[in-house]
Amino acid sequence: MWTYNTQVVMAGTLLLGISAGVVGVFMLLRKRALVGDVVSHAALPGIAAAFLLFETIRPGTGKALPVLLTGAVVTGFLGVLCTIGIRRYTRIKEDAALAIVLSVFFGVGIALLTVVQSLPTGNAAGLHDFIYGKTASMVVDDVKVISIASVVVLIACGLLFKELAMICFDMEFAGAQGWPVAWLDLVLMCLVVGVTVIGLQSVGLLLVVAMLIIPAASARFWTDRLLPMTIVSAVLGGMSAALGVLASASIPRLPAGAIIVLVGSTFFALSLLFGTRRGALRRFQVLLTLRRRVGRHDLLRAFYEVLEARGCTSDDFRLAETPVSESELQTMRTWAPSRLHRLLRTCRSDGLIAQDDQGEFRLTRLGVDEARRVVRNHRLWEIYLINYADIAPSHVDRDADLIEHILDPDLIAELNQILSKQFPQMVVPPSPHTIDQPAGAV
Amino acid sequence: MFTDFLNILADWSQFDSWIVVCAALAAGACAIPGCFLVLRRQSLMGDALSHTVLPGIAGAFLLSHGLMTSGWMTPETYESTWHLGLFAGAISIGILTALLTQFIQNLGGVESSAALGIVFTTLFAIGLVMIRMAADQVDLDPDCVLYGAIESSILDTVGTTDIPRAAVVNGAVLVLNLLLVVVFYKELRISAFDPELATTLGINAQVMHYGLMAATAVTLVAAFESVGSILVIAMLIVPAATAFLLTHRLHVMIGLSLVVGAVSALLGHVLAMTLPTIVTKSWGGPSIQGTSTAGMIAAASGACFFLAVLLSPRQGVLSLLIARQRLRLRIVAEDVLGLLIRLEESEDSAVAQTASQICERLGTGRLKTRLAIIGLTRQQRLASSSDGVSLTERGRSSANRLVRSHRLWESYMAKHFVVPDDHLHETASRVEHFLDPDLREELAEELDAPETDPHGRAIPPESESK
Repeated sequence: MWTYNTQVVMAGTLLLGISAGVVGVFMLLRKRALVGDVVSHAALPGIAAAFLLFETIRPGTGKALPVLLTGAVVTGFLGVLCTIGIRRYTRIKEDAALAIVLSVFFGVGIALLTVVQSLPTGNAAGLHDFIYGKTASMVVDDVKVISIASVVVLIACGLLFKELAMICFDMEFAGAQGWPVAWLDLVLMCLVVGVTVIGLQSVGLLLVVAMLIIPAASARFWTDRLLPMTIVSAVLGGMSAALGVLASASIPRLPAGAIIVLVGSTFFALSLLFGTRRGALRRFQVLLTLRRRVGRHDLLRAFYEVLEARGCTSDDFRLAETPVSESELQTMRTWAPSRLHRLLRTCRSDGLIAQDDQGEFRLTRLGVDEARRVVRNHRLWEIYLINYADIAPSHVDRDADLIEHILDPDLIAELNQILSKQFPQMVVPPSPHTIDQPAGAV
Repeated sequence: MFTDFLNILADWSQFDSWIVVCAALAAGACAIPGCFLVLRRQSLMGDALSHTVLPGIAGAFLLSHGLMTSGWMTPETYESTWHLGLFAGAISIGILTALLTQFIQNLGGVESSAALGIVFTTLFAIGLVMIRMAADQVDLDPDCVLYGAIESSILDTVGTTDIPRAAVVNGAVLVLNLLLVVVFYKELRISAFDPELATTLGINAQVMHYGLMAATAVTLVAAFESVGSILVIAMLIVPAATAFLLTHRLHVMIGLSLVVGAVSALLGHVLAMTLPTIVTKSWGGPSIQGTSTAGMIAAASGACFFLAVLLSPRQGVLSLLIARQRLRLRIVAEDVLGLLIRLEESEDSAVAQTASQICERLGTGRLKTRLAIIGLTRQQRLASSSDGVSLTERGRSSANRLVRSHRLWESYMAKHFVVPDDHLHETASRVEHFLDPDLREELAEELDAPETDPHGRAIPPESESK
């Protein structure tokens, strides 16, 4: 299984995977992920036509890979131009333009391929491999062509990295800076056509688009920066290509193209879950942290307001020494009892409150400072809304409630600056609206 | 060449008619969900579904086959139910594709087309692996699923009649789709054009979305036998997009898409029979007996689309080009009239001008000016003599209207905008071509029927148009 040919094919496919991963990043960011699909389907008539042409001119030369790939490049590029033309000159939208070009070119390709197969002279079995891809049929010369093309694509990406990044993120800005954006876009299209066409033989035209999309989309979960994303995408693309070739070489009948895609999808699923930047678990964790913080803020403010209603907020000692029962806190917000209970427990373990023998709660030293800060932020925001946003005092509580948890330090500093004359640092201003009195308050 | 064409068509048999009927029915069935996919900008969903139908079919097929071989199902029940199994498999895979795409979009924040690409390539790869791994036990040819075999599928007839099963299936799906459209026309239309409005009216967007996906998947399965699952995209999207270019009304669009689908089916089959032979014969190559009908149908529908792009009455590329040229010509013609009346004004007599003199004075292109003069002469607004052309009575009255427009506009500008007098002319010579009698009247009223323009030249009275 580990023959010389397998090694060569693996090396070639690895390079292909890497370059597809790199180009895919730019296509994904340009939101043109599916253009590769159009190119690959549009390549079929080119392959068949090139074969027909060369077989008629000089029989026997039609099956050379460079000939077929040249045909593929020509019609693949024509397909891209057609989608652009349809989008520009008609009111057909991008999605329909892609579907139209893809299916019509593919239909013409199938018709030509049927003609090729019924030619009395030619054995056209090899052409069929372009549809599903067949690594086993690749020979050293084919791999050379693929490798050279991949390396060219990689070098082009490396040289034009900054320029391509610019058109991916802000084409108008790049244009305004004097970059030839139309040409750069064309270069990117050329790179896509190149990668797609050389991927046809190993992955097949039906699936080659996956090599452009999946590694790039997976890499997006791991980082927010372009260069690391490109590297991750290249690594994932290379790995799925190599593993796919390996699997199809070890297990008979497994189609390499499909396995390459499935390995890539597995990496995608893993990235979707575990990606350190945008992965589902990471997002869930961020959400959980936010919920915790919101809960803590709500609890401390409720605590403070209960004490305030009893007139115990004048000095830190009374703040810290007055016990508050769970039922008093319960009346301050629409909390489910279980949630309040959980909040009290987490705040206790964070050292913000303490529980005495009667089961009542007190603020700790840390809790007092934190409660003051939370209430102050809430009220500053309320006062700001009343003074500057013309919101009725009866309505500000809810608005402030929504935003107080995500006020960043800069904004608080600004609020402080605006309101510092009225309320010097570290003084909790009185609430600008009436607070519902907790039951049992005097 | 044309006799070749007729010679080949002389062999037209009942089979050929059935092929066209099957293909036309399949195209019609596909065009209906296709219209809504195009309008909802979800054409790529059709593309994706046509790929993912493969694992759905393969899964259902392998499952029912496995049930039969392991003894859970008698061969008789298998024979009678496996077709239904394919439909069930296709519906589930259609909804699964939509669900998975939505899931990846929501959970991972992946852009929609990329999410779609990931889902359909993955599912398609699974389908391919399933088929390859099970190739020993069952005879399920991915090629047949992908490109279809319309030529052989019509041999599978219903009972003792000549009617192919494919025609019955596709016809049934077409009727079903038509029924669905008729029943849910209002809901489909509102949610296609204005999803927000549909939601506020209580139309469940999710139900519409997944319902459309399920209907598309069923249609695809019915059609895949005839044209193959990849070429089915051509039937799904291309006739609908062609119809979209030709009309602004939904029911007309659906009707037109059915027509375009049927025409492509007929044209595709005729071309598949004749084109390769004719082309190879004219090149002196080996003779070739026809090509894939499915492929040519896709190509024919592409040709229909291309024609619509060029010739669509309101938005075709050619129609727009022609309209623009006509406008240009009209403006040049009006400029010629304006020039001649001004010359008459300044020299107090009718002066004939040659075409080249007019060109020089107006600075317009030679060809355009000559065309304009020919047109004006034919309308009897200009009379030509040996010295050149001069205004007729009719031409004078239309020229007067033009000059009136021009000078009224100048006066209006001078009254309401702070513009130096020597800047008025430029704007007025643009606007003069687009002022109609009503507007002129309003301008005159607004300016208290002025006698002269800001340059002191007389504003001619409104003349009766003849």
